[in-house]
Amino acid sequence: MQWEIVIGLEVHTQLSTQSKIFSGASTAFGAAPNAEACAVDLALPGVLPVLNRGAVDRAIRFGLAVGAKVNSPSIFARKNYFYPDLPKGYQISQYELPVVEGGTVTIHVGEMEKTIRLVRAHLEEDAGKSLHEDFHGMTGIDLNRAGTPLLEIVSEPDMRSSQEAVTYAKMVHSLVRWIGICDGNMQEGSFRCDANVSVRPHGSERLGTRCEIKNLNSFRFLEKAIDYEARRQIEILEDGGTIQQQTRLYDPDKDETRAMRSKEDAQDYRYFPDPDLLPLEIAESWIAKAKSGLPELPEQMRVRLEREYGLSSYDTSALTADREIAEYYDATVAKLPSDPKLCANWIMGELPAYLNDEAKSFDSCPLSPVQLAQLLMRIKDGTISGKIAKEVFKQMWSKAAQTATAWKNRDSKLDDNLADQIIESQGLKQISDSGELESLIDGVIAANVKSVEEFKAGKEKAFNALVGQVMKAARGKANPAQVNEIMRRKLEA
Amino acid sequence: MLNFSLKQLSTLLTTKRISSTELTGEFLKRSRALNADYNAFITIDEETSLAQARAADAMIASGQAGPLTGIPVAQKDIFCTKGWLTTCGSKMLSNFVSPYDAHVVERFNAIGAVNIGKTNMDEFAMGSSNETSFYGPVKNPWDITAVPGGSSGGSACAVAARMAPAATGTDTGGSIRQPAALCGISGLKPTYGLVSRYGMVAFASSLDQGGPMAKSAEDLALMLNVMAGFDARDSTSLMREPEDYARDLERPLEGLRIGLPREYFVKEINDDVARAVENAIAEYHKLGAETVEVSLPNTKLSVPVYYVLAPAEASSNLSRFDGVRYGYRAPEYADLNDMYCKSRAQGFGAEVKRRILIGTYVLSHGYYDAYYVQAQKLRRLVAQDFAEAFKQCDVIMGPTSPTVAFDLGERISDPVQMYLSDAYTIAVNLAGLPGMSIPAGFGNKGRPVGLHIVGNYFAEAKMLNVAHQYQKTTDWHMSMPNS
Amino acid sequence: MSLSLDDVTRIANLARIELSEDEVHTALAQLSNIFGLIQQMQAVDTSAINPMSHAQDVAQRLRDDAVTETDQHALFQAIAPQVEAGLYLVPKVIE
Repeated sequence: MQWEIVIGLEVHTQLSTQSKIFSGASTAFGAAPNAEACAVDLALPGVLPVLNRGAVDRAIRFGLAVGAKVNSPSIFARKNYFYPDLPKGYQISQYELPVVEGGTVTIHVGEMEKTIRLVRAHLEEDAGKSLHEDFHGMTGIDLNRAGTPLLEIVSEPDMRSSQEAVTYAKMVHSLVRWIGICDGNMQEGSFRCDANVSVRPHGSERLGTRCEIKNLNSFRFLEKAIDYEARRQIEILEDGGTIQQQTRLYDPDKDETRAMRSKEDAQDYRYFPDPDLLPLEIAESWIAKAKSGLPELPEQMRVRLEREYGLSSYDTSALTADREIAEYYDATVAKLPSDPKLCANWIMGELPAYLNDEAKSFDSCPLSPVQLAQLLMRIKDGTISGKIAKEVFKQMWSKAAQTATAWKNRDSKLDDNLADQIIESQGLKQISDSGELESLIDGVIAANVKSVEEFKAGKEKAFNALVGQVMKAARGKANPAQVNEIMRRKLEA
Repeated sequence: MLNFSLKQLSTLLTTKRISSTELTGEFLKRSRALNADYNAFITIDEETSLAQARAADAMIASGQAGPLTGIPVAQKDIFCTKGWLTTCGSKMLSNFVSPYDAHVVERFNAIGAVNIGKTNMDEFAMGSSNETSFYGPVKNPWDITAVPGGSSGGSACAVAARMAPAATGTDTGGSIRQPAALCGISGLKPTYGLVSRYGMVAFASSLDQGGPMAKSAEDLALMLNVMAGFDARDSTSLMREPEDYARDLERPLEGLRIGLPREYFVKEINDDVARAVENAIAEYHKLGAETVEVSLPNTKLSVPVYYVLAPAEASSNLSRFDGVRYGYRAPEYADLNDMYCKSRAQGFGAEVKRRILIGTYVLSHGYYDAYYVQAQKLRRLVAQDFAEAFKQCDVIMGPTSPTVAFDLGERISDPVQMYLSDAYTIAVNLAGLPGMSIPAGFGNKGRPVGLHIVGNYFAEAKMLNVAHQYQKTTDWHMSMPNS
Repeated sequence: MSLSLDDVTRIANLARIELSEDEVHTALAQLSNIFGLIQQMQAVDTSAINPMSHAQDVAQRLRDDAVTETDQHALFQAIAPQVEAGLYLVPKVIE
């Protein structure tokens, strides 16, 4: 039988606020255990939550970015369960009326475009962390993360493969960073996914029983966990079994999922409106302000790049996968609008190779788009060859890297001419003067009689050897097209 | 001096006829002597109280004294008080020394009032007789075989027995007004949102409200001036211009319209209580007030509505008591779940457990709509009744409690009977309105009767005026139990 | 509606309160009484009424996003049942 995999994702994005969602404690990562757990986060008797405006503002921005409805009022509810990393014995979340409802995210898988519908996005607080290293057979609880603001983004079960799910997750990851609501740091747990996976016979309309895989904190694990889980379910069904609805954990070491012991009991969360928190009302003016503060969104930009610069959808998808890259590209191409493709090639090729080596992001790139554009301009106008350009780039990089300031934080325009300075000072300018080239070629012809004879005897390979000699004599700076043309003219004369 | 008003005590202090240290010493001496019999205080910390008194004396000496500077005030043990044991009447918090001050405590500290001790209470404020306290029942100073009422029974007893000139209380379904009535003192539950709940251990968040307990309406006004005020740490704290709640005390009552709900004067009321309330109304007529009959048809539903909503909120509010970060942890357990179950079974008393179970049930899957949502809808009906009534009158009056103080042990084994005794006060919490109780004479066995006065939202100054004018022509509030 | 022993056991478990066999029976009797009282609510038709969650009909007040708290874990942990290396210790958690 042919099986169809059906996937819905719940993405937990940590909102990039300074303080927690209901308390004034810091959200900075990496503090000493419980140093950032204040009285409210610890749920001392008598403490009360007060909602962070910054968290709401980020939720609104997300809602607008995915074309969703921003609800007013929305309601905070208590989700009741006991767990040592949940100090109040309930999580403040949203249930019946979430702050964001509906919306869509468009993904591109290969040449196919697909729209993933969102159910909702709601604000909630994160729990603390349980450390299972052995404390005399006990577990240690660190509540620094307790109360960190999360936006939980829930999709419809619209994905049909792990590849689609990963593409969607990457798209959301890119979007939340793009609009500046989440730093997207997956190692630090700022972006985590729960995947709801079920399978059904191809053509069936009815959804199969789903299992929820919790806490996937990398795209690779997301992909592998879904693949494993789908296989597991298919095997059970093909053996005539039935799927039990379960909450499962993915174990990357064993590459398998297993049922969570702590979720074995049927949960009854006893949601009810939090009496400590009145209805959240969001004025039209707040939404309007958030709207005007939104940057051009990735999909809008992608379409613009395709339209304005005639780039392929492959290129535009890659360039808009990340706001930093997109911004860098936009600034570069603005200086060299005559060759958008050349800009794209370098920004997707040479530049990331250097950035990756030093684990730098585009925002912290030491070379500015203006500097890069000048270099590319010199390729375009024939001053240097593409090959020499790579050499110049290497030198530009090491020079710029000495100052070690990211281009975004620099206002000095002093070194805008870095490429020209290097080309000039090291005489890397391409020899395009035909007189100079002709005398170089004459010298090579005179010194390589044997090769000339071979060429005349019909050996095309000999021609390449001669050109190579010219390039060598010119120390790589000769314009190759010109050399070819002059050489052929002279030999065939 | 024991019967002096706060104003009189303040005059003694500011004119240096007595120091706060001496005054505090006097009350401490009396508390120490009487507490063995009455059990009004859970914690008395003479050293800390006297240190605060000395600081108050310094404030007075430097001319910075406010109306309550140097005055001893007893704090209900539900208010977190930094460095003090804050037990909430529970074994669960019997080792909890609070690392922070409640907003109310901060406000008393800021004006130099002296904390004279932490008063006994029903466990987590769940009770109407003070018999659910882990620290044993408080006795009614008018008759030590009677209950003082609850849950703020320790505060009521302390003020009635003149162990403290004034005290704080909290009121979720009548916990200030009912013990005030049963102990023959005055008590006020303000409009919801006027007094910050920050640092007040939560029972039922949408109903809880702190308020003052004292001998007279005038004293209540001065106390409320300290307690009420905006607090950014409580989302439900109301941002309002500060008021002087004593500003209208001296207004004459000519033309005052008193609403008498026809549902209040029915068979449930004992004759002795009915008679005292009728006499009080007659007194108001003499003061120029008129009475109108009003109707609060849904009041009868208040008790069932309350016993769904309050336990529901409480079941969730009390989940934080899990033996992990503070409070009681069972000495022996098999695993994590067992640690939770045993700590909570051993740390909570019978009434608290009962209410947690009710609350858990009404919120659980399949019952939520039938119980919780239905109760919330009826809550609106109860509130609408009051809104209608206040179109016809300025204040509503009736008995605070249908009977005078009952005997210790009389109702503790019958929860439903206990719950029904709060019918009049509960409706006021459901609506979020201000309500107060003032002494209005004595009933059976010489036990006090309280007159319940309910005002519209933010009508505290008016209610205090109404109460004060009555207290100017009567002296029930000056009666003191023998001790 | 009537409460069963199973109901009492189930909610006691949800509420993490250990009840002995005797206590379950006592609780059932008392809760049944209380629910008898609560049952009065069902007589009222409330289909046209909006639930009232709060005593005031006002919107939620928000705070600005600013860090106002400092590290006080030593103070807070002085009252904890069991701590080590700044962590609260609990019996082993199994995920």
